[in-house]
Amino acid sequence: MKCGIVVFPGSNCDHDVYHVLSHVLEQETTFLWHQETSLEGCELVVLPGGFSYGDYLRAGSMAAHSPIMAAVRRHAEAGGRVLGICNGFQMLLETGLLPGAMRRNRDLRFLSVDVHLRVERDDLAWCSHYRRGDVLRMPVAHAEGNYVDTGEALDELERRGQVVFRYVDAAGRREPAANLNGSERAIAGICNAGGNVLGLMPHPERCAEEMLGNRDGLGLLAGAVAGGGRVGALAAAGGQGR
Amino acid sequence: MTTTPSSAAGEPAVDSVLAADHGLTGEEFGGLCDLLGRSPTWTELGIASALYSEHCSYKSSRIHLRRFPTRSPRVVHGPGENAGVVDIGHGWVAAFKMESHNHPSFIEPYQGAATGVGGILRDVFTMGARPIACLDSLRFGEIDGERGARMRHLVDGVVRGIGDYGNCVGIPTVGGETGFHPSYNGNILVNAFALGVCREDRIFTATASGAGNPILYAGSRTGRDGIHGATMASEAFDAESEAKRPTVQVGDPFTEKVLLEASLEAMRSGVVLGVQDMGAAGLTSSCFEMAARGGAGVDIDLDQVPLREASLTPYEIMLSESQERMVFVTQRGQEEAVVEILSRWGLEASKIGRVTDSGRARLTFRGRTVADMPVEPLVDGAPVYDRPASPPADLRERQRAVDCEAPEDPLRALRSLLGTPELGDKTWIHRQYDSTVRSNTIVGPGSDAAVLRLKGTPSALALTSDVNPSYCWLEPRMGGRQAVAEAVRNLATVGAEPVGMTNCLNFGSPENPGIAWQLRECIEGMAEACRAFDVPVISGNVSLYNETEGEAVHPTPTVAIVGVIDRLRGLGTEGDLHLVLGCGFWRPGDRVVLLGSDTGEYGGSAYQRLLQRVEAGRPPAVDLEAEAALCALLRYSRRAGWLSGCHDLADGGLLVALAECAMARGIGLRGAVGCGPLALFSESQARAIVTVPAARTEELLAAAETSGVAASEIGEVGGDRLVLDFDGGTVDSATDDLRRVWTEALPRAVG
Repeated sequence: MKCGIVVFPGSNCDHDVYHVLSHVLEQETTFLWHQETSLEGCELVVLPGGFSYGDYLRAGSMAAHSPIMAAVRRHAEAGGRVLGICNGFQMLLETGLLPGAMRRNRDLRFLSVDVHLRVERDDLAWCSHYRRGDVLRMPVAHAEGNYVDTGEALDELERRGQVVFRYVDAAGRREPAANLNGSERAIAGICNAGGNVLGLMPHPERCAEEMLGNRDGLGLLAGAVAGGGRVGALAAAGGQGR
Repeated sequence: MTTTPSSAAGEPAVDSVLAADHGLTGEEFGGLCDLLGRSPTWTELGIASALYSEHCSYKSSRIHLRRFPTRSPRVVHGPGENAGVVDIGHGWVAAFKMESHNHPSFIEPYQGAATGVGGILRDVFTMGARPIACLDSLRFGEIDGERGARMRHLVDGVVRGIGDYGNCVGIPTVGGETGFHPSYNGNILVNAFALGVCREDRIFTATASGAGNPILYAGSRTGRDGIHGATMASEAFDAESEAKRPTVQVGDPFTEKVLLEASLEAMRSGVVLGVQDMGAAGLTSSCFEMAARGGAGVDIDLDQVPLREASLTPYEIMLSESQERMVFVTQRGQEEAVVEILSRWGLEASKIGRVTDSGRARLTFRGRTVADMPVEPLVDGAPVYDRPASPPADLRERQRAVDCEAPEDPLRALRSLLGTPELGDKTWIHRQYDSTVRSNTIVGPGSDAAVLRLKGTPSALALTSDVNPSYCWLEPRMGGRQAVAEAVRNLATVGAEPVGMTNCLNFGSPENPGIAWQLRECIEGMAEACRAFDVPVISGNVSLYNETEGEAVHPTPTVAIVGVIDRLRGLGTEGDLHLVLGCGFWRPGDRVVLLGSDTGEYGGSAYQRLLQRVEAGRPPAVDLEAEAALCALLRYSRRAGWLSGCHDLADGGLLVALAECAMARGIGLRGAVGCGPLALFSESQARAIVTVPAARTEELLAAAETSGVAASEIGEVGGDRLVLDFDGGTVDSATDDLRRVWTEALPRAVG
């Protein structure tokens, strides 16, 4: 599957995602410059982590107005796959492609640590290599990952099954101590109603190789490029491709 | 243009009194006048004072730095460039350097530490290398109680500053060290290290060459921040230092990140000839040093320098230390290609002058020549002082032998040590730094050495920074040796061969003969060890005048050494590498072997300092041959694939090292040693504990015997308790309980 990684000034996880998609998963992968207006036929668009535009004003807020984001929006609205990791997740919130917002972490400090995530859905292409209830270990590295929305909106998100990953302890339990950034309902990653746009704070690209001691993230990126075509078709096929 | 430079209306007339205010001695000022054949202008005085400052000229340390070995077959660029460069194999080179930002960090901890990181990253990427890792070596004073309130503020600010800068630029901080000692109450130390890698044919140097070639200015505009930063960093603190807050620069990591990307792209374009960042002494040092390296001159039109405020004077423009600025020398007529790259990254660029063959730096401003100075004599002919040096008057008192009392209860002593900020867990700091970005980190912070894979090669890099200031204070030469020996040992624990060293020499005023002696002795000890281990010094930095109202910091020659692991494969199963190369127990049933001999040494030890509240005697002796034998054995055992873990014995001795291994994953030990309770805390050097599968124990013990390294099996990994029989009793504790004490120490201390 042709993959495009958008490079904003200040992106710093672009090379890491490129490495996994191109060298580990052997997908055709290209960088897309933020000032371009075409996705060059990419089926998967990744908004990588980093500090786009220095995260001045608010994390991801300026990137959301980059020229390329209009094309990303059209791609998403047409059912194309968009993955936002960390700063990329923040951009998806700022563009409105995903609901909610981010606050500063609960203790107001940058948080660089491995966390545990529980997979809440396995009927999406993204999670086709996982089963519901799987507990994954992934690094987080952010200062603003404290997910928030109104109670009603959160209820709606839950009802529609848009919560894809939650912060849990190693045994898979929702414990306040495992929700380090203080996110509402321990939300670590969500998708849109169509399931084709996914945003998460942890970094799957940093834990996708044996040598780094943790491959829990590989399944997510493998799922992201699984099957090709529309996500809807894959969703119907359930957990195939495991 | 041969107009004699002149001061402008409103600029002060330059005389020896004004020169003295700029830190120039009468002799230095006289020499400057002779060099120019006239009195300097106000701008020229500012330039000379910066170039002659201790920070830029190394005038008090240069004579001693010559003691360091600087060559090896791997060295591509030794000291003198922005960063040293060594060959790391497979067509790759590594550029690295360490630098202090002590003075600014004490005055304004957040910006001081942040811009320290920014400066060292620029030093690395100006060499054409992409930064891939940072280390930070930090020393703070007492942080407990009411007296520690200011220090807690400094710890918080420094850690936030380092984190916010490095995290934003996207360079992982993979290690370092943090120590606490009252000698830093009035002067903290912030030493930042950065390492970058590039293909061997892509290295750049900061050289201005080719008369007529254009000089481009890129990055942030020049403002009034940081003026005379280099001079401030060359003075001791006093009651008025607070007023120097405006001389602390303000950093913008976002601009740094785009400057990094744009610079690397520009360097790949093929039209860039030389690159230099503007660090200490800003435009002054970048212009003069580039010209000096190329044996050239420069003509600079200061009207073309992008300014934040139009009212800046030539003096201010030349001395501003505004951050995130670079100078490029390009092929004549090709500058537009570079300007285009820079502007695509949103950076401003301006042609500010050209290279000449005059050997002089000529600066014009609003149609007037404001400086015309010979380059080479000012840069390479800066004064060199052989300062009087003699042992401090209280050395005998420091080195008096004191009896160390054996602990009644070694477990209680262990818990007390683990509960100090000094030996406590540093996770509170590490987790504010991104340590995994760039996805190379196999072993991150909190281990003996960080290990980073080198993508596209079978090899890895190992990094560590070390120094024990108490040892250096008690016996500087031994302390200097020990810093190098410990760093080499730390690299050996992961099987890495040391390939190059950088350092940051933090001392008090060299004008004090006792301090000058400490400096000389520490360097001598380091140089001895470098020669013994065949480690070249490829870059470094000296920070003197770390003293407040006559109270100097402990001599702190921070050492950072980079090592190469030629083949990761074979050291362990791929998926276990992060465990195998770490220092925690992880596989029950593994045997624990203690390597090296103990001679019961407590001078300057953690036990003596932190529990007995004494700092006296001779520090542990460093037997360089014994160290070399141990390191060779460790590397051999690593390559053979025998070891499942390794941890060197350092602060706190054997019991602390075992506890650290057990606390890492909560997996304990059942073991026995033949020594008494006090020896559990001895800090004799050249020792390490290794874990091996039972089936490999015999081979390891035999190899140790062949190497002449004492070795004894002391126990087996397993369970959730640390149980160690010693002569006269048993230490027995749940690992969780130790872990609690250890992890709570620092968060509690910083409040």
